[in-house]
Amino acid sequence: MPLTLYTFSSPPKFYALSGVLVPLCWALAVVLSAIGLWMGFFVAPTDATQGEVYRIIFIHVPAAWMSMLLYLVMAFWAAIGWAFKARLASMVARAVAPTGAMFTFLALWTGALWGKPTWGAWWVWDARLTSELILLFLYLGYIALVEAIDDPRRADQAGALLAVVGAVNVPIIYFSVKWWNTLHQGASVSIAAAPKMASTMLTAMLLMTFAFWAYAFAVVFTRTRAIVLERERGAAWVNQLAARESAS
Amino acid sequence: MTWGSAENFFAMGGYGLYVWGSYAVTALLMVGEPLLAAHRRRRALREAAEALPNEDNAS
Repeated sequence: MPLTLYTFSSPPKFYALSGVLVPLCWALAVVLSAIGLWMGFFVAPTDATQGEVYRIIFIHVPAAWMSMLLYLVMAFWAAIGWAFKARLASMVARAVAPTGAMFTFLALWTGALWGKPTWGAWWVWDARLTSELILLFLYLGYIALVEAIDDPRRADQAGALLAVVGAVNVPIIYFSVKWWNTLHQGASVSIAAAPKMASTMLTAMLLMTFAFWAYAFAVVFTRTRAIVLERERGAAWVNQLAARESAS
Repeated sequence: MTWGSAENFFAMGGYGLYVWGSYAVTALLMVGEPLLAAHRRRRALREAAEALPNEDNAS
């Protein structure tokens, strides 16, 4: 069979390919985070104004970036699954949601622990923090909605609608520090300007971002494989796989 | 960056609670979530095996 764009939209093909990719993603995540943490704690200098507390940046910013990126990934696959009746795309969307919610929570948690010593408050209702909190509710709402509807395809469609409408929140989060006066600082890194931080700090932060990226691939692939097995139960290829598993 | 001693490293210039509180929860969630996902896949495979038609399920 020729390899085409659609080859891996077939659940058994996806299941086999992702089984190969998951260990590679894990290896990448472990190696990148080891180098990133080493650079972050032993190479990057102390921040001149904030002291050592700034070292939260090496997980705070990557987690916040992932929270926004994963929402767009989730909305994209949910929309593809809805528009083209592609079951696997909808399953990927569902698999992304818990990981996205986890990174959103981490962005808020590390932000609170960073805000207390630098701003004197765990939480303020500024535009950046509030829109990120809304992102967490969007993830949780999406998960609750798709789990609440029994018919999986109808659940996928309802979830897709919520995910796509909620995507408007992502640019709001990203530009909130520009559009409104926020306590949260502006972007330290942007495509348009030179980064406003020491190069070793930036390197450590980017390494952690790639590590989180590899992590997200690994865990989303694993969860998608679980969802594929749950939803395709009774299909010949799942029976074969299950028979081989119970024989071994 | 040289810390001099392990004590200095863990103190994080007086911000130890905030820095390690951030890293500890991050580590906890990023170890826990993959374990849950892996467990879910194994359970799905086991349930698929239990649902097999009888002739294939000799055990």
